[in-house]
Amino acid sequence: MTLHVEKKQLVAPGEIVAEGGYFAGDNVYKENDKIFASRLGLVEVDGNRVLVVPIKGCYIPYLDDPVIGRIVDVGMSGWSVDINAPYPALLPASETFGHRQPFPKADLTKIFEVGDLVLAKVIAFDRTRDPLITVKGPGLGKATSGRVVEISPTKIPRLIGRKGSMISLLKKETGCEIMVGQNGIVLVSGRSPEGERVAVSAIYMIEREAHTRGLTDRIQEMMRKELGGREFVSGKAS
Amino acid sequence: MFQEKRPERLIDLNGLRLDGRKLDQLRQIKLEVGILDKANGSAYVEQGRNRILVAVYGPREAHPKHMALADRAVVRCRYHMAPFSTEERKSPAPSRREMELSKVMREALEPAILSKNYPRTTIDIFVEVLQSDGGSRCAAITGASLALADAGIPMKSLVSACAVGKIGGQIALDLSDLEDKYGEADMPVALMPSFNAITLVQMDGSLTLDEFAKGLDIAVESCKQIHEMQKTALKEKYLSIKEEVEEKEESEEAGK
Repeated sequence: MTLHVEKKQLVAPGEIVAEGGYFAGDNVYKENDKIFASRLGLVEVDGNRVLVVPIKGCYIPYLDDPVIGRIVDVGMSGWSVDINAPYPALLPASETFGHRQPFPKADLTKIFEVGDLVLAKVIAFDRTRDPLITVKGPGLGKATSGRVVEISPTKIPRLIGRKGSMISLLKKETGCEIMVGQNGIVLVSGRSPEGERVAVSAIYMIEREAHTRGLTDRIQEMMRKELGGREFVSGKAS
Repeated sequence: MFQEKRPERLIDLNGLRLDGRKLDQLRQIKLEVGILDKANGSAYVEQGRNRILVAVYGPREAHPKHMALADRAVVRCRYHMAPFSTEERKSPAPSRREMELSKVMREALEPAILSKNYPRTTIDIFVEVLQSDGGSRCAAITGASLALADAGIPMKSLVSACAVGKIGGQIALDLSDLEDKYGEADMPVALMPSFNAITLVQMDGSLTLDEFAKGLDIAVESCKQIHEMQKTALKEKYLSIKEEVEEKEESEEAGK
């Protein structure tokens, strides 16, 4: 069992990562007992499993993922939603509150119109059929206010941080409500435009520097500097 | 009008070529990654006087829908030369040659792409030659594999490509436009360097079996050389950000 790279090392597709005995995790593949990276990213070792955390890539829906999407079409019995994935998502009318089938089409547009932004959750996906999403659930439904930030979906785990440490730091410092979609769409809404602005620039900074060490400290420092010592408590500047 | 002159000899008495290179020397190569904002992945390649821009979109929803395959992604490639890329204006309509190169490039890149990961989608590769010199298909393959990696598309390996040929009776590496036109043979080779697997060999002109074997060896070696440059180009962007922010941190700590 030999590891050919260091932990957190940046590897390119086709670079050998480990040999013999190791199991192949995400974004690597095994050939003749050797493990190669299949995407550009950072190597992680978890016991005897090696994987690559990708730096860029598209969003692939996963069960129970919170996502933010845009309605692109209103059909007879549901909506078609763009969730920033290679597959268009379907939001069946039965997955909204307080309505029973069958619907006349005019009724559906009263709930969601083309162009509306919805907070939703993936309820089924297996790559052979298009993903199904729902807006039934706490905090889900139409997004009515806030700023939309689009970042690479592969950076979302970094934006959330270990056990949500990074995102709660952002919420605490800026006093904004931040909804994170696993598909790379983030909705920031705060009571002060200044707090929103700082939160948005922090999100972009996390996207740019996701692969570096000591990021949480730098983010905190940047936000404190930008806000100039003002403290936000649940959206009110004190 | 400007008339291209046929060079008297392709190799001078000192054994150097028209542009002063040795027989086994590559042209100057410059690779850049991620220069287009809208594309999912992009690359810019300069090899000699070649200037090539590659954009990759995908995996994305297949349009038209009937093209989609149930078990893997469809890879599409479009090689196009800008009307101003040559000395004489090139019609912007796709020519027979461009269609062939599009197909050949796709076939050189497809074995490297793990297309089974994204069924029912397409991966689109757009190659735009801004200025052409000989060996543009090789430079384009080199650039396209960088753009694919930049888009975060899973691949078995990067693909590196480079041409060999025969000029003035001798085997030479990486032919330029004039050498290609007035030389005896040109042979583009694409390689997946991690596996020593060849994904493209074409030959124009004629070589003996011995010359072919020798040429292939030289081409494979050069592809590996290009592969190293590709890896550096791919990582450079992220390593420089890492260095920049972590250095700043260290200097601040030292200052405290």
